Amino acid sequence: MADQEITLMKGNEAIAHAAIRCGCDGYFGYPITPQSEVLETLAEQKPWETTGMVVLQAESEVSSINMVYGGACTGKKVMTSSSSPGVSLMQEGISYMAGAELPALIVNVMRGGPGLGTIQPSQSDYFQACKGGGHGDYHLIVLAPASVQEMADFVDLAFTLAFRYRNPAMILADGAIGQMMEKVVLPPFKPRRTEEEIIKECPWATTGRIGGRKPNIITSLELRSEEMEVINLRIQAKYREIEAKEVRYEEFMLDDAEYAIVAFGSAARIAKKSIEIARAQGIKVGLLRPITLWPFPTNEVKALASRVKGILSLEINAGQMVEDIRLAVEGAVPVRHFGRLGGIIPDPDEVVEVLKSSF
Amino acid sequence: MTREEIIEKGQLVYKKPTLLNDTPMHYCPGCSHGVVHKLVSEVIEEMGMTDKTIAISPVGCAVFAYKYIDVDWQEAAHGRAPALASATKRLWPDRLVFTYQGDGDLACIGTAETIHALNRAENITIIFINNAIYGMTGGQMAPTTLLGMKTATCPYGREVKLHGYPLKITEIAATLDGTCYVTRQAVHTVAAINRAKKAIRKAFEYSMQGKGSNLVEIVSTCNSGWKMSPEKANKWMEENMFEFYHLGDLKDTGADK
Repeated sequence: MADQEITLMKGNEAIAHAAIRCGCDGYFGYPITPQSEVLETLAEQKPWETTGMVVLQAESEVSSINMVYGGACTGKKVMTSSSSPGVSLMQEGISYMAGAELPALIVNVMRGGPGLGTIQPSQSDYFQACKGGGHGDYHLIVLAPASVQEMADFVDLAFTLAFRYRNPAMILADGAIGQMMEKVVLPPFKPRRTEEEIIKECPWATTGRIGGRKPNIITSLELRSEEMEVINLRIQAKYREIEAKEVRYEEFMLDDAEYAIVAFGSAARIAKKSIEIARAQGIKVGLLRPITLWPFPTNEVKALASRVKGILSLEINAGQMVEDIRLAVEGAVPVRHFGRLGGIIPDPDEVVEVLKSSF
Repeated sequence: MTREEIIEKGQLVYKKPTLLNDTPMHYCPGCSHGVVHKLVSEVIEEMGMTDKTIAISPVGCAVFAYKYIDVDWQEAAHGRAPALASATKRLWPDRLVFTYQGDGDLACIGTAETIHALNRAENITIIFINNAIYGMTGGQMAPTTLLGMKTATCPYGREVKLHGYPLKITEIAATLDGTCYVTRQAVHTVAAINRAKKAIRKAFEYSMQGKGSNLVEIVSTCNSGWKMSPEKANKWMEENMFEFYHLGDLKDTGADK
């Protein structure tokens, strides 16, 4: 640890630095609050002069996601970032990438909606991120960071998972994680893959027919229904494998807990403070923090229901993840939701009051 | 005499480019796409870029272009091909990257992607098939549909009051500082085909020389959509399309760069 450099920076800046360090080949984005520091930091860092990473400001989020689509086709490690209204614009491109089975990273630093909404933090894009978002039967791999450190760490993790399964991955952060400054240890530098490595690792990619191989065609189109069903079934089988292997979560003070809070991202940090206050008052409560929102820790939440008397879903939205908790719990214990809307962050004390009145 | 013996005696006068495979095309008889596919294939082969080409197909009649020309292809969402091409070329700068798009795809839903990719001086070429109609979806009005022209969504003829004016996006492209070579061609006669091929070659070469973006419009027929025989469609194109869409180079700054 001694030789690790500890830096103070915003979550959005950590995303940018981590991207450069993990060998990202290209970033394509469009300014939107509260995530513009990702593009600004990359522009300031000029990685095209050091690692050779491409950084391009697109004319819209529609264009930036389609640049990511094109870049992902070529086997390169490419990403974009945006915030809620911008990510809505990207849904078409994300669906195409899921259909064409392409690895890429999309970062959503959520703000409150609907519509133009607010620039303050929110978690109200849970449904959009975890339930498809665009058209067709598909899933993204969704990681929910709860600290600036996780913003930095999840960039490489998201790329690893995206390439392992040839599926787009999303870091679903919120305005609070994006904007707040914290200590962070940036990941070590990893070189960008060479042309030979990309061609070897991604034999499906549109690199040009180097060596005279057969043409590679990246498409999500298949007009023959019987063929399209086969493609869909293959993709669904991949999702079942991801659900079996890639669930990630954190447990906090659950050993003796009589009640549990389930919360992700910023809400999980508030939950930890609420647990501290509640325990001082003699209420035994713990936290289960999903790190992967898809795949959702369904089995872990189900197991939790056999140990506690009630579960509170704490979300900075009107109640979205609570549906997945209820599906997992299957009515075994009461499941309540508490959240604030419009960019308001719940206060730890009001969460404790909700705990007391809910169960 | 076998085929090989005939070829050996130097009697081969015409050969389908190797890159153009034997998959039966879905294009209607008389459609211009087949000829342009052949020209693109020939130019890639003649430039020795077979192993270094990445092409982007659109949504529209040319959506299946990837079935016929044996290079690497990416199939884009409707109108977004220039965005895919921009990223692809920047990530693989030594590859030949081009899009192949129709007027509905390029001049309507993808206007923003087209204008901005061209003006960023991306070192790509856009092959633009303009047949003034949405072919794939069954002959609806396009932004390029001529005034008075009848389509499925302007069955009484396009009129300014209802539909506005046809869009000359190639003229717009010529005004952009990012474009290097902007030209409008056709493939209705042998002479026109030869000129179109030279234009495609020039555009591809400029893109490989890093001289900026290039747009090659091919004014084309859609005899099915226009509800005409191939012969009549060619004649109608000469009499009506060329009146509005003048053939020739609109801009060529390649020599100065």
